[in-house]
Amino acid sequence: MSQVERQQWDVVVVGAGGAGLRAAIEAREQGARTAVICKSLFGKAHTVMAEGGIAAAMGNVNERDNWQVHFRDTMRGGKFLNQWRMAELHAQEAPDRVWELETWGALFDRTKDGRISQRNFGGHEYPRLAHVGDRTGLELIRTLQQKIVSLQQEDKREFGDYEARLKVFQECTVTRVLKDADGRVSGVFCYDRETGRFFVLEAPSVVVATGGIGKSFKVTSNSWEYTGDGHALALLAGAPLLNMEFVQFHPTGMVWPPSVKGILVTESVRGDGGVLRNSDGKRFMFDYIPDVFKDKYAESEDEADRWYDDPDNNRRPPELLPRDEVARAINAEVKAGRGTPHGGVYLDVSTRMPAEVIKRRLPSMYHQFKELADVDITAEAMEVGPTCHYVMGGIAVDSDTAAARGVPGLYAAGEVAGGMHGSNRLGGNSLSDLLVFGRRAGLYAAQYASGLTGERRPSVDAEQVDAAAAEALRPFSAEGPTPGEPPENPYTLHQELQQTMNDLVGIIRREAEMEQALRKLAELRVRARRAGVEGHRQFNPGWHLALDLRNMLLVSECIARAALERTESRGGHTREDHPTMDREWRHINLLCRLADPTGGLAATDPVRGQISLARETTEPIRPDLLALFDKEELVKYLAEEELYE
Amino acid sequence: MSSYEARFKVWRGDAEGGGLEDFKVEVNDGEVVLDIIHRLQATQAPDLAVRWNCKAGKCGSCSAEINGRPRLMCMTRMSVFSREETITVTPLRAFPVVRDLVTDVGFNYEKAREIPSFVPPAGLGPGEYRMQQEDVDRSQEFRKCIECFLCQDTCHVVRDHEENKAAFAGPRFLMRVAELDMHPLDEAEKTGVDRKRTAQDEHGLGYCNITKCCTEVCPEGIKITDNALIPLKERAVDRKYDPLVWLGSKIGRRSP
Amino acid sequence: MATGTEPQMNTGGVRQGSRAAIAAPHLRTDRWWLAPAATAAGLLAFVVYSTWRAFANADYYAAPYVSPFYSPCLAENCEPMRAGPNWEIFGSWWGLSPALLILIFPLGFRLTCYYYRKAYYRGFWASPPACAVAEPHKKYTGETRFPLILQNIHRYFFYAALPVAGILTYDTVLAFRDENYEWGHMGLGTLVFLVNIVLIWAYTLSCHSCRHIVGGKLKHFSKHPVRYRLWQWVGKLNARHMLLAWTSLVSVALADFYVFLLASGAFDDPRLF
Repeated sequence: MSQVERQQWDVVVVGAGGAGLRAAIEAREQGARTAVICKSLFGKAHTVMAEGGIAAAMGNVNERDNWQVHFRDTMRGGKFLNQWRMAELHAQEAPDRVWELETWGALFDRTKDGRISQRNFGGHEYPRLAHVGDRTGLELIRTLQQKIVSLQQEDKREFGDYEARLKVFQECTVTRVLKDADGRVSGVFCYDRETGRFFVLEAPSVVVATGGIGKSFKVTSNSWEYTGDGHALALLAGAPLLNMEFVQFHPTGMVWPPSVKGILVTESVRGDGGVLRNSDGKRFMFDYIPDVFKDKYAESEDEADRWYDDPDNNRRPPELLPRDEVARAINAEVKAGRGTPHGGVYLDVSTRMPAEVIKRRLPSMYHQFKELADVDITAEAMEVGPTCHYVMGGIAVDSDTAAARGVPGLYAAGEVAGGMHGSNRLGGNSLSDLLVFGRRAGLYAAQYASGLTGERRPSVDAEQVDAAAAEALRPFSAEGPTPGEPPENPYTLHQELQQTMNDLVGIIRREAEMEQALRKLAELRVRARRAGVEGHRQFNPGWHLALDLRNMLLVSECIARAALERTESRGGHTREDHPTMDREWRHINLLCRLADPTGGLAATDPVRGQISLARETTEPIRPDLLALFDKEELVKYLAEEELYE
Repeated sequence: MSSYEARFKVWRGDAEGGGLEDFKVEVNDGEVVLDIIHRLQATQAPDLAVRWNCKAGKCGSCSAEINGRPRLMCMTRMSVFSREETITVTPLRAFPVVRDLVTDVGFNYEKAREIPSFVPPAGLGPGEYRMQQEDVDRSQEFRKCIECFLCQDTCHVVRDHEENKAAFAGPRFLMRVAELDMHPLDEAEKTGVDRKRTAQDEHGLGYCNITKCCTEVCPEGIKITDNALIPLKERAVDRKYDPLVWLGSKIGRRSP
Repeated sequence: MATGTEPQMNTGGVRQGSRAAIAAPHLRTDRWWLAPAATAAGLLAFVVYSTWRAFANADYYAAPYVSPFYSPCLAENCEPMRAGPNWEIFGSWWGLSPALLILIFPLGFRLTCYYYRKAYYRGFWASPPACAVAEPHKKYTGETRFPLILQNIHRYFFYAALPVAGILTYDTVLAFRDENYEWGHMGLGTLVFLVNIVLIWAYTLSCHSCRHIVGGKLKHFSKHPVRYRLWQWVGKLNARHMLLAWTSLVSVALADFYVFLLASGAFDDPRLF
């Protein structure tokens, strides 16, 4: 079977969202021959769904903003669990990354003096989000896509071939990262979704930028692509995942009609003046301001309303608390019986702004509700509820180089990388994360590859290729538990997995439920090995799903195990049985590794499972960065011994 | 919640041939056509090929033709059809079919590469760009495009005349030319690219007979014809057919 | 519904070999033919009516009203209209209807108009008849060659349409007289003329070429605030270009017909004051 087609590249980028494309641009500009491989069509990545904006302390709207303030907000939002060096680099470099987009043709909304306009968002002290209406993600993807086209046009002029140094393999999926005998990355094994054909891209550097894991949950704002592929690829290649228990539930997803349940309602609705009310008509968020944020948020509706026009002399409305707080508050209101008919709360802009302003500032929200729910948001309130949105956990990486730990040649950027956002991500920080660390991953991946030329290139092992091919073909020969019985339906397995994660490892977690989830995951794992498909290899979605199940099951187990282990509530991890934040947990990272590092997936023991968990103490925060905070604030987060240092 | 059984005809096949297949499938309140296609996949036709991503009208992946009209499946609510109606879903008919509802949209990616990219202004570094909102409004409208390629699919210039594909960029990419020509800081002209002229000479603007189907099908509601194609035609006229403008620009250029 | 499993018919267009094998030229189930049929019928009705009236060379003046089809009247054989739009540029050698001399301009303006182009390409040419409905032509070159490349001179017809609209405005002012040429009177005809001239101006100014000329051609609106305002204003009208094209077409025909009724004695103009 080794006659699989092979191509040689310097850098392979898996994923063509914001991080992947930014990495590819950087690698190509560093001189590396770069291949991008993505599951969808070029330009369709999930990044287009990002609405609010790109957080960058440019200070265009409030000149008091700077990277230190942004760093502070990011650490607060992440409850100080962030990999602080990442948060620092992110805050420092984000403005350059945004400005660079303009030189590639991006057109952001403008301020009166012609600079990039910035808007308010939850958790950000100043208006900070560069935006284009409520379609910023689309602008980002399109700009990067067009930059890639422009680089290809350069290559066409120079070499007569658009794809001489930068090629996008669209609608292709990577199922394995390949390694050489020394454990270094040597390439990736892929299949072309359209034809079902296998191929291998040989490369010393692989940048994983595959995004998140939301498709393991039933109610999610994520697209079908978000099956945790990159997380699983890294795990299978021997790299650890970090803090996978932290899953962000966006407070405002649509709740009705059922077919769109989970689709995102942008935070800009609240940033621009929208308020949350329960079925009694009460603005309930005032009751949910946690102690750590008490002095930063308004106590009365009057003060909150004044803030929009006079942010210097008033505190911000509690609707703009970090997402984890708002999501929990909504959850609590609904549980207390003060929810809407469809099990959400009301998000209202109609009484807060004139209809034209709403249509101008939130055009796609207007459109979305009109088209999908028959609701005119300029005349009535929206019904919203929490939806699985983002995973803060991810591949453990080196802060500066984005290199995955333990696997030379493997890099990760964007949502798939862990650490940057700590236990909770602020809105707007994901797009800037993509750009900052996408660029860094591309840069260091290209540098690493340039040192490995000729004989020194890691070689691809034919046995690994054969094994990967066999693994990918399994679903075509799957059988039921006993011969003659039909194989499992991958769609059914997927639905059961989503239901399990949603019900048992969702927004509020309990020990017994997570144990139950692990047992269910073990059962699904056994059944997934029998997942079978009809038809042939050409564009067969049943087959694609059967292959993705492996990844979703691996990632789901990581989440469940880590969530069970962390006996506190912090950011995107809320334990009903451990409802408070515990300072002792502040400096603990949880690392997930494959229990059977030889790569075998036979482990079906529900107790042990496929994942082993390890605790690790985080590196102390650099003193000059700690000095950016008041002592009183640090006391709330840091353990005693950390404070004394 | 009320549900009923709907009758569907879905085109299944590939480049070798195929035809409409009949299905009966459950439909619930508030569902869109894409939900029904997914239900078919999960219950009756697991290998039914379909492209989709965001399911919220933002990525432009699930383009198809529903009862003969180019639409996004995720934005077509079942409630727009009567319960008795048989709903026909086919792949886009302007592009080569790959399988079932999936077509080869490579034409669009080829055309995208033929449009000269944004040329950044010399002498302005990152962070130094200043543009007024009214100067970017027009291009911003065009940048709302989600590249669903429904306009490319419906445009009769290529839909009904395969041979025109070589010479005609299609509404989406002519709109891209307009977007760049209206970009307040684009300096293509200084590098010798006259977008107004090349719109007609190289990207086939003359083929457009402004019959507005692109605008009709645009799920983003972009006024492609009125705001991009016709203004671009007028700009081409400035360059090629209007001696007064030509004379004016000559005189204008000579005066200091 | 016709579908086929034998694809390689290669009859071009949507039935071209590589496309999904569907024999039907379209699968639309709505009444897609209604719009092009109505358009064609409407345009045809106007062509028939205006041809009759243009060649009639009679019943186009009933003091104080002159039919918009005959204004300005440029030949010696025109009916004398007191203080009216009589300019004898063409001498006695012109024996045809004087309407033909002037109608070329509004005709050319409307013929090259971006809206009417859409309307007759769809309605008469079936190119395409409706969206996603296969057109019957084997070849298509659009507006790339003669004669359709001449559509590009639309802006010159726009320039010509301006003085014509000016003269019709003058005619409307003259309509504030009575049949004895006394000023300060109005009849039903005055109202007809008023409505017509407003629609004519609105249609003329809503023209896409006009929108381009007043500001659309600019790269930096911020540097030309006045032209930007004009462009916005014309843009608002332009959004209703189709509506204005039809209403002004009907109103100009009605204004002419009203004059015809008066001149032929079929009707008496009710005087308001």
